[in-house]
Amino acid sequence: MTRRTPLGRAARCARVAIPVGFLALFFAWPLGAIFARSLRAGALVDVVTDPVLRRVAWFTLWQAVVSTALTLAVGLPAAYVVARYDFPGRRAFRAFVTVPFVLPTVVVATAFLALLRPGGPLEFLHWQRGIAPMLVAHVFFNVAVVVRTVGGFWANLDPRREEAARMLGASRFRAFRHVTVPLLAPAIAAAASIVFLFTFTSFGVALLLADPAHATLEVEIYRQAVELFDLRTAAALALLQIVAVLAVLFALARVQERRAVAQRLVGAADSARRPRGRERFVVGAILGVTTLFLGGPLAVLVWRSLHVGAHWSLGSFRALGSSASASTLFVSPWAAVRNSVEFAAIATAIALVVGGMASVVIAARPGRATRTMDAFLMLPLGTSAVTVGFGFLLAFEHAPSGLATSPFLVPIAHAVVAVPFVIRAVVPALRSIDPRLRDAATMLGAAPRRVWREVDLPITARAFAVAAGFCAAVSLGEFGATLFIARPDWPTVPIAIQRFLARPGEINVDQALAMSVILMLLTVVVVFAIERVRVRDLGEL
Amino acid sequence: MLEIEQALVRFGDRRALDLVDLALLPAETVAVLGPSGSGKTTLLRAVAGLQRLDGGRICWDRADLVAVSPHERRFGFMFQEYALFPHRDVEGNVEFGLRMATTDRAARKARVDEVLELVGLTGLRARRIATLSGGEQQRVALARALAVSPRLLMLDEPLGALDRVWRRRLLTEIRSILDRAALSALYVTHDHEEAFAVAARVAIMREGKVVQVGAPADVWRAPVDAWTAAFLGFGPIVRAEVRDGVVHTPWGPIPARARGAAGWAEIVVRPDGARLDPAGSIDATVLRSTFTGTRVEVEAAAGDGPPVTVVVAAGDAPAVGERIRVSIDPGALLVYPVPAD
Repeated sequence: MTRRTPLGRAARCARVAIPVGFLALFFAWPLGAIFARSLRAGALVDVVTDPVLRRVAWFTLWQAVVSTALTLAVGLPAAYVVARYDFPGRRAFRAFVTVPFVLPTVVVATAFLALLRPGGPLEFLHWQRGIAPMLVAHVFFNVAVVVRTVGGFWANLDPRREEAARMLGASRFRAFRHVTVPLLAPAIAAAASIVFLFTFTSFGVALLLADPAHATLEVEIYRQAVELFDLRTAAALALLQIVAVLAVLFALARVQERRAVAQRLVGAADSARRPRGRERFVVGAILGVTTLFLGGPLAVLVWRSLHVGAHWSLGSFRALGSSASASTLFVSPWAAVRNSVEFAAIATAIALVVGGMASVVIAARPGRATRTMDAFLMLPLGTSAVTVGFGFLLAFEHAPSGLATSPFLVPIAHAVVAVPFVIRAVVPALRSIDPRLRDAATMLGAAPRRVWREVDLPITARAFAVAAGFCAAVSLGEFGATLFIARPDWPTVPIAIQRFLARPGEINVDQALAMSVILMLLTVVVVFAIERVRVRDLGEL
Repeated sequence: MLEIEQALVRFGDRRALDLVDLALLPAETVAVLGPSGSGKTTLLRAVAGLQRLDGGRICWDRADLVAVSPHERRFGFMFQEYALFPHRDVEGNVEFGLRMATTDRAARKARVDEVLELVGLTGLRARRIATLSGGEQQRVALARALAVSPRLLMLDEPLGALDRVWRRRLLTEIRSILDRAALSALYVTHDHEEAFAVAARVAIMREGKVVQVGAPADVWRAPVDAWTAAFLGFGPIVRAEVRDGVVHTPWGPIPARARGAAGWAEIVVRPDGARLDPAGSIDATVLRSTFTGTRVEVEAAAGDGPPVTVVVAAGDAPAVGERIRVSIDPGALLVYPVPAD
């Protein structure tokens, strides 16, 4: 606007410097450490020519492609039903589909173990750990991506296009094939690439559900670094992975640019209708199967956690506090719960401050410098958690001892992962504010800082709340990065679960189940509680 | 009082304000009238301090405002489409400026009551903005701007988003409110009827310049140039030659009323200047008639000029294709000599 006070200029500099500095220190530097290590003395050549590691790379690619295809097969029918039909509980179903997506990987892995282990309802499959449970768990996780991305887009497609095709003599199937499918293609491509990225960089599910012979790149990086102490090879693998992910992201951006078709979108309410006649069975079947698939594993997890042997019992939960387990663990599981909650609070606070400052800058002035900053802050999205954790390990192992051994590295790593989500949630909200509202507040006597407090903050409060819920969920469930940097005496809940699962014995599995239930409840409660916060005076916009 | 001297604002190569001079008298309403893109809103934003000047100055009581931040100017601003705060109810919007001025709660409440009563919205205190009609929103915006008793009120197209019936009703209300509050006001609009109805003086803007300032009747009687006349809704601009006291129009010769040298001129006919007249010298053919409610506007082709528009009573409209005779009142013919190139 008009005048610039020295104080205002300082604040503006801080809003650029703090986010960029934060990510430079805690993202770019760790990544640089990986680069530096991987470029040492032929590490890359060794990795590329090693037949075992090549097999790992191929398996990673293969399982990602198969997982993506399966996810589309399960998710598209549900997306169709949610987009085109109005049925009782539609909103609840949409929310329910999202639940697995915000659940920690460790919880999902434990849920599938509970399904498949001796005494579980699917014991007869004799799957145990292997490729199949891993693929199914990937589908379980990512169905939400397809339903939300494709379903959301589909719901806003004007159904009159299809009706126009019908009037021109196309059968129902041909109208779908020649009108709807081409229009949906960009949304399907976007959903598929996101699912591909998630499954390509899958760590928790792959580590806990696949057998050791089938490692993904992520698992292999972890194994090389932590179990074999071969940091050189781990770094080279991490570099390969980053290049592969960036290639996918780049291709995705290109596809979206090329396929973008200007279309008239309509409100979702216009296009949804009650199913009629035979449709009712189809819709009902799709809803039933999807609900069973997504709800079954979680129900079994809860049910099994409340049993010891064949009897109902809270024994598994009670054992969490007992000293029997404390002898093999450094800390009690309840301490892990406290760690997780504290770390989540710190990570959320950091991510909101850093991401909020960056959002204000990005939303305020479109331009090249801002776009560059935006792109830089998005980079953590394209980087796997294991890469971040491994980078921390390399970058901070020789840092001043205060930092290297600080338990605070864990929430900082979580914040690095969460900052892009904050920016993606808050920037659109800030941009949606009519700039004249700020002018109006100014003309009524509000100084610049007051304008921010009276206009920007209340209007974007909801976006901040959603972002906070997401940050907390990310932090509570974060596994890949935490595994590298959590101090043995400061484990989070996912780490504690992994420790239980890594040890033999029925009692340990029971405790892993109990902790998974606790973590699941914690995540769901935090996400929904924060999203439900009613902000004073907040109106619909 | 407000004085604008040689105000200049550049947007790239374009001058959005091009050396504008304008002064307001106490309790006077001046309408800033011009087509879109003529710099009206930029002028308001410059006075508000939301737009920096590239030259010239804006003073209040002879003191330059350049060092006064917009939020300290105590100017009221009613924005186009109102810019009401969607996250606050009617009361929250109206009391906003009072809260900024840290008025105590009881005084605030009393003042809100007062202005809500002034604009006739007493019953709507707790309503959400989204539930109000356009006319109600407009009055909330007016109440919000008035609540802090500004030294100057600026209104940017305050009736722009409303339908016809509301426009007429609110125009009268705004005028009486401005009169009662004895406020100086700058009223921006593109509609000359609105400007004439509300303001003591009108400033006409074109491409960043103020081309004419005057009382509505004076402006209407003698628009400063052909463009201004056309903008006020007078007939199309036509080229004609003035010779021997006669204007040779494409429709035929008309005696020249005004002094002025011979030569080429741009001529414009007042809306009521042409009439059906069996003795008229212009022979015309009816092209179409437009029924406007109380009367009919008849467009007729005549000579080799553009169609002439004749306004007749609703019952008297000739049929399309009919030959009519038209006369143009020499007093309704505005002649603007074109400077020799």
